[in-house]
Amino acid sequence: MSEVKKIATRVSYGDALKEIAAENPDIVVLDADLAAATKTGTFKKAYPDRFFDCGIAECNMAGIAAGLAASGKIPFMSSFAMFAAGRAYEQVRNSIGYPHLNVKIGATHAGISVGEDGATHQCLEDLALMRVIPGMVVMNPSDDIEAKAAVRAAVEHDGPVYIRFGRLAVPVINDRPDYKFEIGKGVILKDGRDLTIVVSGLPVAAALEAADMLAADGIDARVINIHTIKPLDTELLAKAAAETGKIFTVEEHNVIGGLGSAVAEAVAETVPVPVHRIGIYDQFGESGPAVELLEKYGLDGKGIYSQIKDGLR
Amino acid sequence: MNITELQKHANEVRKGIVRSVHSAKSGHPGGSLSAADVFTYLYFEEMNIDPENPKDPDRDRFVLSKGHCAPGLYSVLAERGYFPKEDLLTLRHIGSYLQGHPDMKHIPGVDMSSGSLGQGVSAAVGMALAGKIDKKDYTVYCLLGDGEIEEGQVWEASMFASAKKLDNLVLIIDNNNLQIDGTVEEVNSPYPIDEKFAAFGMNVITVDDGNDFAQLAEAFKQAEDSEGCPTAIILKTVKGKGVSFMENQVGWHGTAPNDEQYEIAMKELEEAGEALCQK
Repeated sequence: MSEVKKIATRVSYGDALKEIAAENPDIVVLDADLAAATKTGTFKKAYPDRFFDCGIAECNMAGIAAGLAASGKIPFMSSFAMFAAGRAYEQVRNSIGYPHLNVKIGATHAGISVGEDGATHQCLEDLALMRVIPGMVVMNPSDDIEAKAAVRAAVEHDGPVYIRFGRLAVPVINDRPDYKFEIGKGVILKDGRDLTIVVSGLPVAAALEAADMLAADGIDARVINIHTIKPLDTELLAKAAAETGKIFTVEEHNVIGGLGSAVAEAVAETVPVPVHRIGIYDQFGESGPAVELLEKYGLDGKGIYSQIKDGLR
Repeated sequence: MNITELQKHANEVRKGIVRSVHSAKSGHPGGSLSAADVFTYLYFEEMNIDPENPKDPDRDRFVLSKGHCAPGLYSVLAERGYFPKEDLLTLRHIGSYLQGHPDMKHIPGVDMSSGSLGQGVSAAVGMALAGKIDKKDYTVYCLLGDGEIEEGQVWEASMFASAKKLDNLVLIIDNNNLQIDGTVEEVNSPYPIDEKFAAFGMNVITVDDGNDFAQLAEAFKQAEDSEGCPTAIILKTVKGKGVSFMENQVGWHGTAPNDEQYEIAMKELEEAGEALCQK
């Protein structure tokens, strides 16, 4: 994997908005003084009349998005995950979720891979917060191709959608002719019989590396990419549980409430098997270069590999 | 519509408030009654709406940011013909579409779900922005409580509305001076309310008696003339207006009348209605 193309999914988000907006005049974009970072600036440059900067006021932005959606627009509201899902949580729940309005939340800079800004900006709770809102679709794309597909799917879906994007450039892993994106459908990236790695978002590439390392030890791991946390592909997970037994979940999120919890809940009700959650163990992040942080918290290929090996003992 | 006709409708709206809250055995009569006149003015005089076509994209919009005054909104919607008046008796009952706070998904004529204070106003701003984007000439009206404006989001919304020159937005502040824990001054004074909205770039209109239709008419006429900035109309009102024992009593913010109190209240309103018919 030496010369793999790397693109941050926030960049894909900005590009996708610009591309899809050409086809759909109802799309408008809101930001909260972070257009340069969230990459909605790409859209702003192409469609200045359809871009509205709400300033540093995320709660108001969520309400404005609700009002726009109630008037027939398809608003994308953008900020860092911490502020879109965290600060504006109650506005998202009550003004967008409860009336099931057609608002799309594009949340960038999720997880510890925010890097140097540290714990205040490293949102590790957004998937948990968003998936408990009834009717909210929650997506966590893994690369450029999936991120763009998720934005397109969000536009086609009628109802509130949360999409999580990252700051760090990540390998493009879904560049294949038969790639298909469907909300709520997990993707088997590698088949296997001994165990299943269920992974979502940024660590998907690292999970594939870990599967290769396990293969060298004679362990045949299945890798499932869950790009949609909600609705969850419970059928695919139950099948994997039945066929491979043990499940390891991998996420750049608190192990409480996110992918690991969702998968554990699902298999507990279908095919109960041991679920070992790999992620951030109920703690805040810290400052540092993104790649080093991912290593420190065990979310690189080696870290995932060694945690799976430990889990198998 | 002449003032006596508006007063008759407002009196019916007040009856609907008392009947529905009594039936629910809970709810918020005080702020519903203080706003009964402005509800009536908006739905019978001011707004371009059609109960037969509640989703008309060109209609004027109304957002009840102080969503707990749902009994007032539901009562005026029923009075205006959006749904049967007898349904008001199902307010807050299990299975009823008349939820404790406005629910746009299930109630004809409700333009926005609301209830968590400070949030409706942002949605109203979003609707006004959509009107500008689409070059439509509808107006968005939004009613806030004077206690509600303690919420920071109200000022975020006001700043944005002003910055984007949303002159199709009219905020109405029901200044009845009372909130749950006491008078608004005692709790966390929002005064001077007029100067605050003026500082946020709004065309501010103060109405000395917000329960007087002639003064309401004058204020909304002035609001129409506003160009290049949103309007804030501050209505000085009497909480509990129209039911003698509820007037200016903070205890009636969120309490339902018992059977005896209900009879007294309805008798007063019946008499007020008869007096209006003599006019």
